[in-house]
Amino acid sequence: MSTDVEVKTLLIDEKEVSARAGQTILEVARENGIRIPTLCHLDGLSDVGACRMCLVEIKGSPKLLPACVATVQEGMEVSTATERLRTHRRMILELLFAERNHICSVCVANGHCELQSLAQEQGVTHVRLPYRNPELGVDASNERFTLDHNRCILCTRCVRVCAEIEGAHVWDVMGRGINSMVISDLHEEWGASSCTRCGKCVQVCPTGALFDKTKVGSDHPKYPDFLPYLNLMREAR
Amino acid sequence: MNSEELEQIAETVRLENAKFDHQINVCMGTGCLSQHSDKLKDALSHAVAGQGKKCLVRRTGCMGLCAAGPLVLVDPEETLYQHVKAENAEAIAQSLGGEPVEALQCSLREHFDQQVHIVLENSGHIDPERIDDYIARDGYKALVKALTEMTPNEVIQQITESGLRGRGGGGYPTGLKWSTVAKAVGDMKYVICNGDEGDPGAFMDRSVLESDPQRVLEGMAIAANAVGASKGYVYVRAEYPLAVSRLTLCLRDARRRGLLGNGICGTQFDFDVEIRLGAGAFVCGEETALIASIEGKRGTPKPRPPYPASSGLWGRPTLINNVETFANIAPILRKGGKWFASIGSERSKGTKVFALTGKIKNTGLVEVPMGIKLREIIEVIGGGVPGGHKFKAVQTGGPSGGCIPEELLDIGVSYDALLKIGSIMGSGGMIVMDDTSCMVGVALYFMEFCMTESCGKCIPCRAGTAQMYTLLTRISNGTGTMDDLELLELLCTTVKEASLCGLGQTAPNPVLSTLKYFRHEYMEHIVHKRCPAGACVMKAAEEALA
Amino acid sequence: MSKLKLATAWLDGCSGCHMSFLDMDERLLELAELVDLVYSPIVDVKQYPDEVDIALVEGAVSSVDDEKKIRKIRAHTRTLVAMGDCAVTGNVPSMRNPIGPQAILERAYLENVTAQAQIPCMIVPKLLPIVRPIHEFVKVDVFLPGCPPSADTFHAALTALIQGAPLDISALTRFGA
Repeated sequence: MSTDVEVKTLLIDEKEVSARAGQTILEVARENGIRIPTLCHLDGLSDVGACRMCLVEIKGSPKLLPACVATVQEGMEVSTATERLRTHRRMILELLFAERNHICSVCVANGHCELQSLAQEQGVTHVRLPYRNPELGVDASNERFTLDHNRCILCTRCVRVCAEIEGAHVWDVMGRGINSMVISDLHEEWGASSCTRCGKCVQVCPTGALFDKTKVGSDHPKYPDFLPYLNLMREAR
Repeated sequence: MNSEELEQIAETVRLENAKFDHQINVCMGTGCLSQHSDKLKDALSHAVAGQGKKCLVRRTGCMGLCAAGPLVLVDPEETLYQHVKAENAEAIAQSLGGEPVEALQCSLREHFDQQVHIVLENSGHIDPERIDDYIARDGYKALVKALTEMTPNEVIQQITESGLRGRGGGGYPTGLKWSTVAKAVGDMKYVICNGDEGDPGAFMDRSVLESDPQRVLEGMAIAANAVGASKGYVYVRAEYPLAVSRLTLCLRDARRRGLLGNGICGTQFDFDVEIRLGAGAFVCGEETALIASIEGKRGTPKPRPPYPASSGLWGRPTLINNVETFANIAPILRKGGKWFASIGSERSKGTKVFALTGKIKNTGLVEVPMGIKLREIIEVIGGGVPGGHKFKAVQTGGPSGGCIPEELLDIGVSYDALLKIGSIMGSGGMIVMDDTSCMVGVALYFMEFCMTESCGKCIPCRAGTAQMYTLLTRISNGTGTMDDLELLELLCTTVKEASLCGLGQTAPNPVLSTLKYFRHEYMEHIVHKRCPAGACVMKAAEEALA
Repeated sequence: MSKLKLATAWLDGCSGCHMSFLDMDERLLELAELVDLVYSPIVDVKQYPDEVDIALVEGAVSSVDDEKKIRKIRAHTRTLVAMGDCAVTGNVPSMRNPIGPQAILERAYLENVTAQAQIPCMIVPKLLPIVRPIHEFVKVDVFLPGCPPSADTFHAALTALIQGAPLDISALTRFGA
């Protein structure tokens, strides 16, 4: 192992921390017990900086930076929980709840959903925006799993785990803007696609959009923690 | 190719042209072509041949005054004819050497007098499909000079000295960008020309590519040499078929002349350019999305840093500049950075091409020195608002820009001044609105554009623009409340500050600027359920009638 | 000190929130020391009183009647509490929104009926095109999400409201809880 690791010193929420050059703000914050909320980030997958939940303020910069991709700099002063950030995080969560039909009470992921728990954590008690009530389908053509577009937040974790870990790249995103949709292959039914039925996408899905057919009610905890270990094992080989 | 050979080509063209007493230039840009200027050109050729006149009938690019098309310019008399039809051909041929055809004459001196043409210096004067025409007007002199007489650093120095800033809208100093890419380490570097012009009402890049494509290539080659790149891409919208076909021809000719390819001008410099067509996504004008699109991926932006200058196309250092930026390069090298810096205002140098559209008399393309007053562009060059209507606002910067009211028309056009009043320079779209335009409707129009053009990657832009569109629709049709307005303003802040790329970050601008300068129009819609401009259909009133 | 006037009402919901409210069991007796229940589906008062201190409203706004009711309640209530997910988000009643009320009526009154199939035009109030949460019609003071909010949540929230103490809803409950 190389010994000449470049060390950066910075402040996160007024706490002095040190980090290796090239580390992201999110990594360093977590190492130091500072929680930054995330949604599209998942340990073991590439980062896309899309959900904007992990935005942080950097002193001296008017722009907010996503902690999952922004790397640490010497002398940086990072704030992770200012009122401005909280306001944006709440609004982003409300935007998600209003975008599709997230009916928590009848969702298979109720109680195990990252969107639901983030809303509680960030103090979202209601959604001020008008609900969009889109008419969306459910793809139950796969014999093991179901995709419910009503619950999808387009975090693309499924897309990335399938392309980067499983190597199948069955999932991708179709359409633009508010009409974006996760699709399998070239918009075929999931059951008729080149899916390997490995189920990784189900485990990494933060909501009830992807679920195992054998789960009923709201009994569907997910276990995405296997990814970093899987990566480690592959690197070791 | 060296400077003597260039001079030889230029001399041949001059001798060729000298055989004619007159030259008739027919605009064959997209605007005039849509009114059959191709048939007009055939008719003119036929007429001068029939009458035995020693006259050259030449296809040219855009002459700028699109509203008056098809346009015909007769040289050396510099007589400009407007709204010319094929049946006027005989009369024009007849008039050569005598009195001009008065009925067709366009006498808009003030429209042209206030303009300064650098980017458009050849537009309307050369045949865009003939590389030799370009060479005859000092074309490729700058490239030869850069390759044979200057070091890459000296070239970058000149660009830095010129004060040129990115013409795509951001206004990032071009010299600084070039030197960053030049310093970046990579086994391969790329130069990309961004011709994915997508703002509603903007057609500057299209016009430059159609009228003088060689100038863009020359700029790219100079840039490539300066930053150490050997491969270039022109990313142009598929919606610009004429620009694409002229660009294709232009690449072929430049290769034939040895101005692209290996060992250009007998130096070690290798450079070639490929055309990539955009598939109609506005967001691909954003540089990281554009790069993804060239790579064959879904055109969605990535968080920056890393900037393309350090990690761009296929992870290599990449220089991306806009069409108009590249079009400025050759003149700067020919005449020096100091010359360019002497034009324009304090922190915005040179000229800017604007596409004037909307409720304005002289619709078309204009090139003006930076720092010129907006009022001058609209009232003098643009000829003001037609039909006896009253000017209300001018929208600059397309969907990312803002609406500027009458009382601010006396500011000088510059990146900083426009930003300060809540708009942006943008790529150069300038949409004029009169008293029949409803400002809520304008905001709604641009929000719909942003909503449908959002790539859908980040939540604030994807869902935020859709929500703003819903709220604006309510306000516009008279069902909106003060709560809706408050929500709208909250959304503006989040979408502006939290979106991933420029599209989302600027999407609220049309709403914010209309709220700032025309808040009373919003209030009229909400409180009195009435559209002051009479443009919006009030739902409540309609339902009451039904 | 005179007792506060408490009302509860339901719009389009399943009455589960009221059941959960009753699950406070013996704590209801403590509550009765502090408030008078002046209007509720579980008491025999037909008219909404003119002045109510706290109103707990269950259910989403689905019909013209619901809308009338919630406006009336708002006009005569000091503190309006949206009780449960239907009131707060639309929840299950709002699941018909993507397909519209007509499809629902046809399914319920025509397709699944063997005798005298017809869509009622009396007694059943006219459905609104879109089911919406209460706050899209009137101002709501306190949001109490949950399906239903637990008896403990009710107890903690009501205690705070009665005492005028600060209330951290997110510490008590969440959507779907």
